[in-house]
Amino acid sequence: MMDLLGYGAFFLTTALIFSLVTLGLNLQWGLTGLFNVGLAGFVAIGAYTSALLTTPDDAARLGGFGLPILVGWAGAMVVGGIAAALTGMATLRLRSDYLAITTFGVAVVVQLVALNAQKLTGGPFGIGFIPRPFGSLAETPLLFNLSNLAVVSVVTLIAYLALEHLSRSPWGRVLKALREDERAAISLGKSARFYRVQAFAVGGAIMALAGALQAHFTGFIAPDNYLPILTFQVWVMLIVGGSGSNLGAVIGSILVWAIWAGSGTLTSILFPPEQQARAAALQIAAIGVMLCVILLIRPNGLFGDRPRRPRFSKRAKVAAGESSSGS
Amino acid sequence: MSLQFVVDGLLTGSMIGLGAIGVTLTYSILRFSNFAHGDFMAWGTYATLAVVSAIGAMVGKVAPIAPLSFGWPLIVALVVGMAFTALLALLLDRVLFSRLRSQGQAIIVVMASFGASMALRSLLEFTFTSRPTYFSRAIQIAMPVGFGIRITPDQIALLLLTAVLVLGVHLLMTRTQTGRSMQALSQNAALARIVGIDVASVVRVTWVIGGALACVAGVMIGILVQIRPFMGFDMLLPMFAAAILGGIGSIPGAVLGGLIIGLAEAGAVQLIGAEWRAAVSFIILMAVLFVRPIGLFGVRER
Repeated sequence: MMDLLGYGAFFLTTALIFSLVTLGLNLQWGLTGLFNVGLAGFVAIGAYTSALLTTPDDAARLGGFGLPILVGWAGAMVVGGIAAALTGMATLRLRSDYLAITTFGVAVVVQLVALNAQKLTGGPFGIGFIPRPFGSLAETPLLFNLSNLAVVSVVTLIAYLALEHLSRSPWGRVLKALREDERAAISLGKSARFYRVQAFAVGGAIMALAGALQAHFTGFIAPDNYLPILTFQVWVMLIVGGSGSNLGAVIGSILVWAIWAGSGTLTSILFPPEQQARAAALQIAAIGVMLCVILLIRPNGLFGDRPRRPRFSKRAKVAAGESSSGS
Repeated sequence: MSLQFVVDGLLTGSMIGLGAIGVTLTYSILRFSNFAHGDFMAWGTYATLAVVSAIGAMVGKVAPIAPLSFGWPLIVALVVGMAFTALLALLLDRVLFSRLRSQGQAIIVVMASFGASMALRSLLEFTFTSRPTYFSRAIQIAMPVGFGIRITPDQIALLLLTAVLVLGVHLLMTRTQTGRSMQALSQNAALARIVGIDVASVVRVTWVIGGALACVAGVMIGILVQIRPFMGFDMLLPMFAAAILGGIGSIPGAVLGGLIIGLAEAGAVQLIGAEWRAAVSFIILMAVLFVRPIGLFGVRER
């Protein structure tokens, strides 16, 4: 029973860290319509930034300033936000899916740096000895997991409330206006590029914060943590939960993470040990298919706020459109 | 600095260019960036490999066409692979992309291609495992051709194949009614419909050409390097960069963009090491987006 509770806390902590990434993505995509295909890169930037700032000094590496954890997290957000802003500035004046390609490139390059800049990132061996909140409780797994769950819950709640506030603010309404009818919003004097870069940067900062939280929860990071599969998992979480809804982002994350963990358990039961690696590929294929099916059948997801395009939609479609409990 | 990078760059550039043709056609005619395009390469290559194995099982050992490392089975298998990949592209469009296109939001189609990409790649990994495999394990001796450059017969054959295919596609686009229809559709879809162009037919041709060329690019990689489920995905960034550098919708641009990126990557290896070569595509991509977003041969959107 205690073990189950400990695992439950561990599971929920991981799910909430994912939900933090998903909240950042929801700001970028759900609220603003910006398609980020390289969010794994921004999560990695946050994780490595915080690791460099907070780990003890290591002669083999740059960084290692031994700063407090909160400073690491703040630094992660700053660097993540700056990286996102730079990426956004380059592409947000162009076609919408140039951003997809550019963010894809960012993730590739971040992966390259993580893997090869050994003096900075530890290369394929990663960075260890990252200080953990309540690390002294590590001997008691239940207390350790519950403590970290509390920390992550508070951070996630703060992010959720802040994003809810932002999405209801005039700033958030401008973003929605830009998403749904850019020309009309521009004719009212809003600078499309300026608002979008801001939204992209804030989303990037939140993703970086999630990366930092994850780094400090596990105490170790390596390039393998930030492969394209991470981007993919988070996108599925957002689509399932319903883009445009912060609540959907959180619930979708927990739900999809449960499915992911459950299917992992299922494959380990069904397949012999030597086939585990191949079976894992089925997990990814199944969720890939799931994403496509959801896009085809229920693009709004559970709590989605479907973009309204009255000018172009057929009247019948609008009339038949599903009512939304959107944020 | 050795000039060997010119050969390496031209070869890499050929593969990137062939793949980029499909990317740029999909982009200009269907108006979305297809993240599954790389996995068409991988699927085409594995299909070709399967056919080669099947022929080997039925006919037995076939001597390579001297001085190449492969014989007629690979040539037959390549044609079958191209057809298979074209069918795969058509099927994916039928099942997924065309339905989403009719819903009207372009970016959703991109997202779906991202999901399809991961599903396709993972199915390959499940079926064939992620262990690299090869068409041939024979070792070819590279011949010196002066200026410190060496080249193998396979490499020469593949460069010639690229030239023939690029010329063929270019002639198709510029000298046939189908090609002119494709250009019309990419320039102004609404007007193209008004003058009676069969859009569905043009879309099918686009997928067929893109899929078939992706297969050829993948097989080239398989012959010269190795075959892995991620081989296409790893080529995605260079292909996108080449398509954008060349100018969306321009086939000569895509090929030229591919060659430029291939040469830049090969040249960079001598300066900064092979582990960073993937960053070259990204740097070129960002430079193009900052300096000249419409690329070398691009036409400003109307």
